[in-house]
Amino acid sequence: MARDRDLALEAADAGGEEAARPEPSLWRLVLANRAVFWGGLLLVVMVAVALVGPAFTGDPMAINPIQRLKPPSAAFPFGTDFLGRDLLARVVYGARISLAVGLAVAVIAISVGLVLGMIAGYVRALDAVVMRVMDGLMAIPGILLAIALISLSGATLLTVIVAIVIPEIPRVVRLVRSVVLTVREEPYVEAAIAAGTRLPWILIRHVLPNTVAPLIVQASYISGSAMLTESILGFLGAGIPPEIPSWGNIMSEGRTYFQLSPWIIFFPGVALALTVLAVNTVGDGLRDTLDPRIARKM
Amino acid sequence: MTESPPAARSGPVLEIRDLTVSLPKGADRPFAIEGVSFTVARGEIVCVVGESGSGKSVTAFTVMGLVPRRELRPVRGEVRLLGRSILGLPEAELRRLRGERMAMIFQEPMTALNPVMRVGEQIAEVLEIHTDLGPRERRERVLAVMRDVRLPEPERLYHAYPHQLSGGQRQRVMIAMALVLDPALLIADEPTTALDVTTQAQILELIRDLQRRRGTGVMFITHDFGVVAEIADRVVVMQEGRVVEVGPAEEVLHRPRHPYTRMLIGAVPSLVPPERRGEDGPRERALLVRGLDKVYGRSGWFARGRVVHAAKSVTLTLHRGETLGLVGESGSGKTTVARCILRLVEASSGEILIDGVDLAKLRASALRPHRRHIQIVFQDPYRSLNPRRTVGQSIIEGPMNFGVPRAEALRRARELMRVVGLAPEALERYPHQFSGGQRQRICIARALAMEPKVLVADEPVSALDVSVQAQVLELLDEVRRRFGLAMLFITHDLRVAAQICHRVMVMWQGEVVEEGPTARVFRDPNHPYTQRLMAAAPGRGRLLHDRIGG
Repeated sequence: MARDRDLALEAADAGGEEAARPEPSLWRLVLANRAVFWGGLLLVVMVAVALVGPAFTGDPMAINPIQRLKPPSAAFPFGTDFLGRDLLARVVYGARISLAVGLAVAVIAISVGLVLGMIAGYVRALDAVVMRVMDGLMAIPGILLAIALISLSGATLLTVIVAIVIPEIPRVVRLVRSVVLTVREEPYVEAAIAAGTRLPWILIRHVLPNTVAPLIVQASYISGSAMLTESILGFLGAGIPPEIPSWGNIMSEGRTYFQLSPWIIFFPGVALALTVLAVNTVGDGLRDTLDPRIARKM
Repeated sequence: MTESPPAARSGPVLEIRDLTVSLPKGADRPFAIEGVSFTVARGEIVCVVGESGSGKSVTAFTVMGLVPRRELRPVRGEVRLLGRSILGLPEAELRRLRGERMAMIFQEPMTALNPVMRVGEQIAEVLEIHTDLGPRERRERVLAVMRDVRLPEPERLYHAYPHQLSGGQRQRVMIAMALVLDPALLIADEPTTALDVTTQAQILELIRDLQRRRGTGVMFITHDFGVVAEIADRVVVMQEGRVVEVGPAEEVLHRPRHPYTRMLIGAVPSLVPPERRGEDGPRERALLVRGLDKVYGRSGWFARGRVVHAAKSVTLTLHRGETLGLVGESGSGKTTVARCILRLVEASSGEILIDGVDLAKLRASALRPHRRHIQIVFQDPYRSLNPRRTVGQSIIEGPMNFGVPRAEALRRARELMRVVGLAPEALERYPHQFSGGQRQRICIARALAMEPKVLVADEPVSALDVSVQAQVLELLDEVRRRFGLAMLFITHDLRVAAQICHRVMVMWQGEVVEEGPTARVFRDPNHPYTQRLMAAAPGRGRLLHDRIGG
């Protein structure tokens, strides 16, 4: 007895036998991952460009018929489009749209999915109902849904976001539900139930923290694919109003002149590819460090 | 193998000399094992015994060449298999030796078998890799070895998938795979730890029998001195990476020289229940369970499941200050009963009475105030505490649910930490900073914080090393006495039950088949199942302290 007590004190001082869990310095651990670091750096650059870039590059809407379809030069590093608009300014401005769509879709899909997933995972009576509705949503092709929604209510940024969010929600719900189903069987949750903890507190204290890591990872994938979908919609002419220079819209307009002036599609395409790459790299890196199933093996 | 010198035929199968394996930087000690030396002779079973972290598994995996060499690097010493040094051999060479000359069986047969491959084919694969037998000869050999490990209906089981077999059968398949090439050395890493006692007894007997018939040298790794007493010819005791004692089984078990060995053997609970005097007399009833039934699996709108009758009409009474043991193997329904009593699952029917209130009938909101009367300590100390909350937060959560002010709850938590033998300062720390035994103490403190009438302990010491196990049992007994708790103690381990329970109930297939004072049930079991269970207890009658007073 006394011996064990000494051992207890000693181990408590020494930090115990296995201090391998990423509790205190999560940030440092995450940034130590190379994928997260480089992907994050690229993403930070993109965000900076989106925020302060338009202030330096001039008006993305200014039409200049004399300078139509000019190839990249010192005056127009990315060239100009068929109305003589500066492509650099348009691509830089387009970063705002893409990143805004990516962020908004991720935030909305995660928030709605989190609530629904918690309900499905914890309230047995609603589980089957919620999940069958989600199965139904998953059966709808995202692009078609977007086109249908936009034809119904007009092409605005909000409609586009909603249209992209809806097919993403079931994925989040499934993820959250599976985490909840695992965690609710954990002895520490059962101990909390036995100690008379009310349901909302169980969810907030014991279940929610366990969903954070997988959701961060999922959010990065969602925002990457949302940016792609937004561009595809723009390219198809079913996205954000064509006067707004999103990357998809620029490429859509450039399609006609593709053989004559390939730079109109090239530069927004590269920007899109880099941004999605950055987001997905961060997502992969986060999964490696945050997903306990993988992290424990390493 | 032609190159093995003739001397090897008479020499030991395995010779380990001064083996030292380094740990990667940042570990709690520089070497996983240090200066380990012992031999395994032909037809001999050598048990390597030690607690977790003793280095017994590292030794085995180093011999098999299965350790990641970058992390666990052998820096000194020698391993000789049939006289041939194998430590520095290239991977291809080692792969050939594994299977042909040495084979290994593992603790968890389910994960060691490929779930999507028929078991017969898995055994045949070993032959396919290592021999040039044709398909028909392979099949013959496989069926022969399956008969040898006494798998029933080998013809039929050949085509079965692992999940269609019982745990014991899966372990037999593993043994068949290991022995099909007739290796000189068999390494068994806790092969019976995941099995029920009755199955364990059969597997131990099988290993013993096969090893005698084939003259295989066996290196048997275990933490259980009961198993050692059952099977060992010689014993190697390891502590923190070093061998502290080697000797013939009889010698080590009955006249251990090293204090650590003595402590380990002493920590194995005796099968003879202690005499309990001065604890009898009329007692107040704390809990009455009547006609408890639980049926799992019912078809819903979208699912149709198979129906399992997990508990059948279980009736039990628990008095203040008494420990009632609920004993049984996995699947017997003992944990289901506990979970129903705590209403972590809803009983299908039956009554759960505390102070005349039937908890089984209460709605969730009405039940909440009564929850504090029954608390639970779980088996797995690593999952019983929320890793993201401090120990203190975990302990005061319950009392604060019932309106105890935070300061008051914390004061009481500090007191309880002392009761369970931990420093009050530890309240600020997170669970991962504690060992398994310490965590179990924290869980006990958390349960006590609710001031319960009934404490359900669901296999509370099964995941702990024996030395820690004894201390936690002692603590449970102490708090029971101190707080007049009624304790429902669930265990598969008869030795533990014998030591801590006043009465025991034996469960089998959802039913209580026998009930009575511990001393009576252990001395004179009535039901055939209880008798089988008692007979299967490892080390029965071979460990010295089982005989005392027996």
